[in-house]
Amino acid sequence: MGTAVNGFINTASGAGAADGGTIGSPETGSADVDVQELAAELSHSRGLLRFATAGSVDDGKSTLVGRLLHDSKSVLSDQLDAVQRTSEAKGLETPDLSLLVDGLRAEREQGITIDVAYRYFATPSRTFILADTPGHVQYTRNTVTGASTADLVVILTDARTGVVAQTRRHAAVAALLGVPHLLLAVNKIDLVDYEQGVFDTIAAEFSAYARGLGIHEITAIPISALHGDNVVTRSERIGWYRGPSVLEHLETVRLQDESTGQSLRFPVQYVIRPRTDELPDYRGYAGRVSAGTVRPGDQVVVLPSGLRSTVTGIDTADGPRSAAVSGESVTLLLSDDVDLSRGDLIAAGGDIPEPVTEFTATITQLADRPLRAGARILLRYGATSTRALVTGLDHLLDIDSLTYRTAPQALALNDIAQLTIRTADPLPVEPYRPGGAVGSLLIIDPADGTTLAAGMVGDRLAALHPARAADSDAPAESDEEDWLS
Amino acid sequence: MTLTLPTAPDRPVSRRVDSPHLRALESEAIHILREVAGQFDKPVILFSAGKDSVLVLHLARKAFHPAAVPFSLLHVDTGHNFPEVLAFRDRVVAAGGLRLTVARVQDWIDDGRLTERPDGTRNPLQTVPLVDTIAGERFDAVIGGARRDEERARAKERIFSLRDAFGGWDPRKQRPELWGLYNGRHAPGEHVRVFPLSNWTELDVWNYIEAEGIDLPEIYYAHQRDVFARNGMWLAPGEWGGPGRGESIQRRWVRYRTVGDMSCTGAVESHATDVRAVIEEIIATRITERGATRADDKLSEAAMEDRKREGYF
Repeated sequence: MGTAVNGFINTASGAGAADGGTIGSPETGSADVDVQELAAELSHSRGLLRFATAGSVDDGKSTLVGRLLHDSKSVLSDQLDAVQRTSEAKGLETPDLSLLVDGLRAEREQGITIDVAYRYFATPSRTFILADTPGHVQYTRNTVTGASTADLVVILTDARTGVVAQTRRHAAVAALLGVPHLLLAVNKIDLVDYEQGVFDTIAAEFSAYARGLGIHEITAIPISALHGDNVVTRSERIGWYRGPSVLEHLETVRLQDESTGQSLRFPVQYVIRPRTDELPDYRGYAGRVSAGTVRPGDQVVVLPSGLRSTVTGIDTADGPRSAAVSGESVTLLLSDDVDLSRGDLIAAGGDIPEPVTEFTATITQLADRPLRAGARILLRYGATSTRALVTGLDHLLDIDSLTYRTAPQALALNDIAQLTIRTADPLPVEPYRPGGAVGSLLIIDPADGTTLAAGMVGDRLAALHPARAADSDAPAESDEEDWLS
Repeated sequence: MTLTLPTAPDRPVSRRVDSPHLRALESEAIHILREVAGQFDKPVILFSAGKDSVLVLHLARKAFHPAAVPFSLLHVDTGHNFPEVLAFRDRVVAAGGLRLTVARVQDWIDDGRLTERPDGTRNPLQTVPLVDTIAGERFDAVIGGARRDEERARAKERIFSLRDAFGGWDPRKQRPELWGLYNGRHAPGEHVRVFPLSNWTELDVWNYIEAEGIDLPEIYYAHQRDVFARNGMWLAPGEWGGPGRGESIQRRWVRYRTVGDMSCTGAVESHATDVRAVIEEIIATRITERGATRADDKLSEAAMEDRKREGYF
């Protein structure tokens, strides 16, 4: 850091006298040194944690999020003033921190949250993007959306009611999406007199359930969002608990990016052809590495055509690169003048996907519009759009028992189902990977462009629990008793 | 002072950002901009020469390097814009060989399609010229620099935000966005607003501006200016409403955190004359960007939500 900025500074007359670097704002003038240290910390290398929150309506999720933002000093004074005013107008004694995160007037009037809202905050060790998902009617749709790219999901439960159906559903949705970390926040611990036994029972029950889902990193924390116990700082009132606070856990949870070590997947978004006098023949394939690492000299295959080529360069506006890893947007140059266009996939490795015209997917219905077998759809996969047909609704997933049931005639909003899709053109699909950079798709209504469903290629339930999926062809009985524990 | 414009095509491009989280944001924004080029026929960047739109243009240049940016620019000119900002805008356009469409609010007032408000503020008047121009020019994707951290209603905004033929935004009809799969399908007459900076915060924007050495209009940095106080903000005097009775003009060290219509964009007191000082000031400050400087957001608690429904950015 520390690059000089070109032009346009110090243009005001007499600016030479300005004490550049000090803080002009009167209320903060004394904290210069701290500010400079913090600025340096907040500008430099920090990781990014994407997480989502999920919970039932009255579990206090908005209060937790409000408390996280407030106690981590991410709420600024005008926002706080507005909360203070509104809380006083409602006759509340203390500021209602959930007002910080309720976005739309319709929500405030009805006291609900109707959609995923994104929050941003940073501490010196990490930057956070929080997908705040509401916990009522459209919970599945919103939880799937919010958790689709999450590294961690915070599930709230009320200490008085413990693990309820909704708690298990949120954990199951997180598992289906392949979210690696779960944090169970056992809220309102103050209302059970901070009793350790209550927390231990809930934590044990939840951990057993989540482990059965294949989620290995599970943390449970007793909190009171209302009073701030264990949200940002550890609470003295819960002396028997020796673990981290919620924020401490978010700051320290270990993130493992496995995608860099995988085989290269590079969906071509756009072909760059300047056609200028200086660059008459330049042809670059612009995209974002969705898995693996690419280097000049790599042998690659272009799909679906199957043509082979060699990477001759990795171009960026900052100059050529010696390598690019998953998540990076770059432009690839190839040795041969292969016929490549948007939607093609550049791949490498020993596991090149075979283009197919029929495959199965696990989808979540996102629109309030029925989806039937025989529906003509537009399929979005990577950078490809293609016409497709839903050839069969194979199973409906019962999220409570985690078993398949006979599919209904039409899928409804929030249904999770296994279906078969046939495409007009061969597609190099491959099984969904956590994070969705590989194997994710959208089902779009070709008539008006509505996103009907989001899907994961393959049988995600089988991926979670192979033994169970194998014998689930028969409609499962309601075995709410856990096959997991 | 030599002017170095962000769009000069032959300029050796800036050094690489070294923060992993800024690099991730940059890659995400470039991915989004390439999706726009791949999915739409006639995209346009809303370009006010404010820092966010300057950043969007900078990222677009990086996304399509070494080819030209495949988008034209659109500016809704309220007629009350800062002259420094308009001059900057025109320099960027000329140096980058870009195509700019200007929709002038004054034209709409002159021919009766709009009426001047009693308070003289023209910010709310931008919506009609914007929507009319989008329809008239048949723009199908309109790229803006709005960020989700700016305001509560924007926290729920999609990256690809579908608008009806009147530019309207219905929060209940927005499409869920998962896994970086952006659905730009729309019916004729509809368009999609695209926000590649959705996941950036004000601090991210400034850190990136510093790392990339991006030029901004000079009013973003501290300078001395004649201002008067109103509603806790420092406003620049002008024919549109100030100073009023009991308001006196003072010369103060100020800078602007956002650049909008002069009648409602306030300055903050500042001695931050360079980008590093601005970053330190942002960290020290306890007032969010829009709250400190935009009078129109103070109109009501749901001000932004209402304006978005009407087609505002």
